[in-house]
Amino acid sequence: MLKSKTFVKKTRSGGVMKIVREHYLRDDIWCGSEACTECKHESTVLQKDACIESNLCSYPHYLVPDTNVVLHQIDILEDPVIRNVIILQTVLQEVRHRSAPIYKRLKDIIHEKEKHVYTFTNEHHKETFIEREPGESANDRNDRAIRVAAKWYSQHLKASEAEADGLKVVLLTNDQGNKQKAEESGLLVYKCEEYIKSLIANPELVDRLALSNDEKNEITSSKVLFPEHLPLSRIQAGIKSGTFLQGTLRASRDNYLEATVFVQREQDDGTEVLIQGLQNLNRAVHQDVVAVQLLPRNQWVAPSSVVLQDEGPAKDDGVEDEDEENVLKTSAAESARKLTGKVVGIIKRNWRPFCGMLNVSHIKESTRHLFTPADRRIPRIRIETRQASSLVGQRIMVAIDGWPKDSRYPNGHFVRSLGGAGEKDTEQEVLLLEHDVPHQAFSQAVLSFLPKMPWSITPEDMVKREDLRSLTVCSVDPPGCTDIDDALHCRELENGNLEVGVHIADVSHFIRSGNALDKEAANRGTTVYLCGKRIDMVPELLSSNLCSLRSNVDRLAFSCIWEMNHKAEILKTRFTKSVINSKASLTYAEAQMRIDDTNNNDDITVSLRGLNKLAKILKRQRIAKGALTLSSLEVRFHMDSETHDPIDLQTKELMETNSMVEEFMLLANISVAQKIHDEFPECALLRKHPAPPPSNYDILLKAAKSKDVEIHTDSAKALADSLDVAKVDGFPYFNTLLRILATRCMMQAVYFCSGMDSDFHHYGLASPIYTHFTSPIRRYADIIVHRLLAVAIGADSTYADLTDKHKQSALCNNLNYRHKMSQYAQRASVAFHTQLFFKSRGVLNEEGFVLFVRKNAIIVLIPKFGLEGTVFFDSKDKAAPNIAFDEEGPTLKVEHHTFHIFDKVKVTISLDDSNIQHQKIRMALTEPVIAGVSVAIPDAEPQAKKPKLDR
Amino acid sequence: MAGLELLSDQGYRLDGRKATELRKVQARMGVFAQADGSAYLEQGNTKALAVVYGPHEMRGSRSRTLHDRAVINCQYSMATFSTAERKRRPHGDRKSTEMSLHLKQTFEAAVMTQLYPRSQIDIYVKILQSDGGNYSVCVNAATLAVIDAGIPMRDYVCACTVGFVDETPLADLCFAEESGGVSSLALALLPRGGQIALLQMDARLHQDHLETLIEAAMTACKGVSKVLDEVVRQHLQERSVLSGE
Repeated sequence: MLKSKTFVKKTRSGGVMKIVREHYLRDDIWCGSEACTECKHESTVLQKDACIESNLCSYPHYLVPDTNVVLHQIDILEDPVIRNVIILQTVLQEVRHRSAPIYKRLKDIIHEKEKHVYTFTNEHHKETFIEREPGESANDRNDRAIRVAAKWYSQHLKASEAEADGLKVVLLTNDQGNKQKAEESGLLVYKCEEYIKSLIANPELVDRLALSNDEKNEITSSKVLFPEHLPLSRIQAGIKSGTFLQGTLRASRDNYLEATVFVQREQDDGTEVLIQGLQNLNRAVHQDVVAVQLLPRNQWVAPSSVVLQDEGPAKDDGVEDEDEENVLKTSAAESARKLTGKVVGIIKRNWRPFCGMLNVSHIKESTRHLFTPADRRIPRIRIETRQASSLVGQRIMVAIDGWPKDSRYPNGHFVRSLGGAGEKDTEQEVLLLEHDVPHQAFSQAVLSFLPKMPWSITPEDMVKREDLRSLTVCSVDPPGCTDIDDALHCRELENGNLEVGVHIADVSHFIRSGNALDKEAANRGTTVYLCGKRIDMVPELLSSNLCSLRSNVDRLAFSCIWEMNHKAEILKTRFTKSVINSKASLTYAEAQMRIDDTNNNDDITVSLRGLNKLAKILKRQRIAKGALTLSSLEVRFHMDSETHDPIDLQTKELMETNSMVEEFMLLANISVAQKIHDEFPECALLRKHPAPPPSNYDILLKAAKSKDVEIHTDSAKALADSLDVAKVDGFPYFNTLLRILATRCMMQAVYFCSGMDSDFHHYGLASPIYTHFTSPIRRYADIIVHRLLAVAIGADSTYADLTDKHKQSALCNNLNYRHKMSQYAQRASVAFHTQLFFKSRGVLNEEGFVLFVRKNAIIVLIPKFGLEGTVFFDSKDKAAPNIAFDEEGPTLKVEHHTFHIFDKVKVTISLDDSNIQHQKIRMALTEPVIAGVSVAIPDAEPQAKKPKLDR
Repeated sequence: MAGLELLSDQGYRLDGRKATELRKVQARMGVFAQADGSAYLEQGNTKALAVVYGPHEMRGSRSRTLHDRAVINCQYSMATFSTAERKRRPHGDRKSTEMSLHLKQTFEAAVMTQLYPRSQIDIYVKILQSDGGNYSVCVNAATLAVIDAGIPMRDYVCACTVGFVDETPLADLCFAEESGGVSSLALALLPRGGQIALLQMDARLHQDHLETLIEAAMTACKGVSKVLDEVVRQHLQERSVLSGE
């Protein structure tokens, strides 16, 4: 074994330091080829008949990509067609340095057996190692190393009589200089594009090619559309001196020409800077971290209330854009103007692969097409593909490669197809991907931490647990619920007081901190409920079996037990880990029936009645303290059991028992919150709901005023009281509408760590402190709260991360994010099923109410379906009617009719699938009749099956 | 930027060695004439000089005299120029005191001290260039020096450090590996009998892995002993040729 040494000098931050490292060169590194007879390797990776059919290389060959090819064309390399690739150590190391995610993907490729990818350790091979020459840059040296290794391979294969098979090595590089030098030394070398395009029978690969720099110029005209981005050094200097602000760009959902940048500043809570117009947006994409320069005050604008969707055909010239932007330029009242700025540079791109659909170019032979992402905040992306015809009607994923300053749209490439649009599975996948919901099956590592079946309670489990199996415990849940995480009991004590217990599934007994199962659950954060599908946070064995408090089986629980008098005043609270045996799993309706049935006097029913009585008192007390009762319409689909298509839809009804369970859950949460905060003032995980800033209520106040109703928003109590008395004669639905509007004014409730914040108040529940304790099966926050509580009562041991407030706080951030995303995903799923529903229904004519008035549209709520839709008054193909918008009302005058908030209108609802790429619910006005705007009532109106709900 | 990849998927380490391979060991005995025994040893880029005086009668405080065996006195030091950063290294700092103590323990186990009651053996070791595995290089150099001095030993004492990365034990760590967050273990072995003269580890390691790690260290030590044996034989041959003339 030949060993020799070379010396490598290295500088490190601070000073120059000479570092000497040994570098052994070996003669026992084999080539890894099946065809080679010289090397003494035990197993080979590269195949003898390495055949990828290609026009350029008709002989079997191995591919040697250089670093840049790997970095930019990893999508290609991942394709199963590309096999027999030699990854040089030099390349691997460079990739590792440059991009961690790509390195990870490259490693995955290398590990895949069928891909036949061999890693050649060229830096330690005695014949392929080269030293950096004086004056040679590191990159040049690496390029040379790659060439030397490729050269060695081709000679080696020749020498070892692989010649007979005609085996050759093909170097792939996009670097012109490198290519030339390689050709001079007699290597077979191609550009990546050249090679991929030459592949016979695999034309779709070409679409995955990321566009490299020199190609971008060909695509667009030379006209520069956007100002240049500033270099990072100037941005940093600008941010330091205060001339630029740094923040995350949030594009508007309704208007593609508008975005806000949320700027976090030390002295205040942060401000929002409005960015308007393509020029000012300057190629920033939703979620990018950007540097913003404020415009002079006289150029400040107000956020426009126009709903604008970028729907025009591919426009490369900026002429039409100017027209588009003119729509925005209206003189706004001085007061409405906001801080306005323009993007001067991008600090960090936050691009990910986007889901969406292809808009096929109008020119038949064209290979350049626009891609419309499902997320409206993402601009359309231009991609190049030859398989457009087969991609039509499919949901695809596309990655952005870059956005040159002379292109109206960013350039990207096709990644993969998800399936046909409109198909339920595809759409579900899309909305999970778009909302970043982790939905893969649980890995083996995670499953390995599940308890072994058959599972039973062991004597060790009983230590530190109370045996409550004798109590008459029952659970009340929605129908079809399999993850039952709470159960209740109530009994009269000898002293005449009542004992009430809330028993919560003891999930933290099964999920121990720090293992893979725990990490996975912490990452998922919450179970996501979609229509007809549930994405579990914990594996099903736990969620639907071991942790689910089903009837007539022994289950581990965490109990919160109060002693109360008949006025529902708490006399004593205690927490304990326990074993329970639920006597019945009821639905809300069943529980209600038992309570109402006066003949029924069994233990369960008596217990339920006691609970119900107390719950009513608790609710009254809570409302007296100023808790808000808000409203939002939730719909429930009746699914066909065979096809899982929605066959009917109904708004969720609330029964007394719903609120009964809710009251006790709130009580348990509040009690636990107090306990853990007393015990761990620095690291308790709590939930707060901040009071909304007064400006949030503007829309509510204006709306109420239009009906001469006074709403007070000074405090939660004032709001609750004034909502209670807000009524308009002959308009029973008014109050609900107001509550819906009030809901929209609220802030998001969030998890936080008590040591990192001082404001604990929960505005909506009017409670000084609150947390989540009652649903550990579906929320990770509850698991942490369980652990904290268990430590507080001495039932479990603590661990380092539990009491680290920074770790806790980071966890809260993830939970809040997952929570928000799961809500969005849920809504999107409902929206999709609503579309499916209307698809089968045809055109309906329904009554609705105007919820908002916009500059060119009204937003109508159909209470029957809980559906919200927009009625546009200007459309591209028709002459626009006379529209006058008054911001004070706000009202919209169309021809001779004026729309106010809460006006009752009739609309037709239909599914607009003329454009299969973006199906949507279309609403058109039928009443009031406005010439040229409203449409005729459809002739054959299908009879609605159900009577309208009276609310 | 990610840290260094200590062991690649292909099984090569940073400097191109495989997991069980030692660095190149080169040694010379009898480099100084005044001393009773001396040796110079290179293990890769770690270079050490060992000098042995004795056995001689006790010097300094006589109270340390042992009546049944010899006292072994070890002193370890590092040259100012031994690391990348030039640093003054005062005598008797904590690190070198500890190292001296370890050397002492190692050689008390190997040298047949009972042959020289009431006397003293001095072993001085200096690291000239440091690139990981200082302790083991010192032990290996000192062994040669003791042999050069003609002091009887039970066996060669060979030492080696091993680290544990990706479930694989790495033999003979270099500096980059030692500082790369590897839990390393130093082991001194009397190879023929397989007795362990010293085992030292101050990093965290799962108990399950300890056995494999010790196993790997012993294999590596045996490798070192083979090289040392060759050096000694070579040296003897040269000497006998010289004296034969």
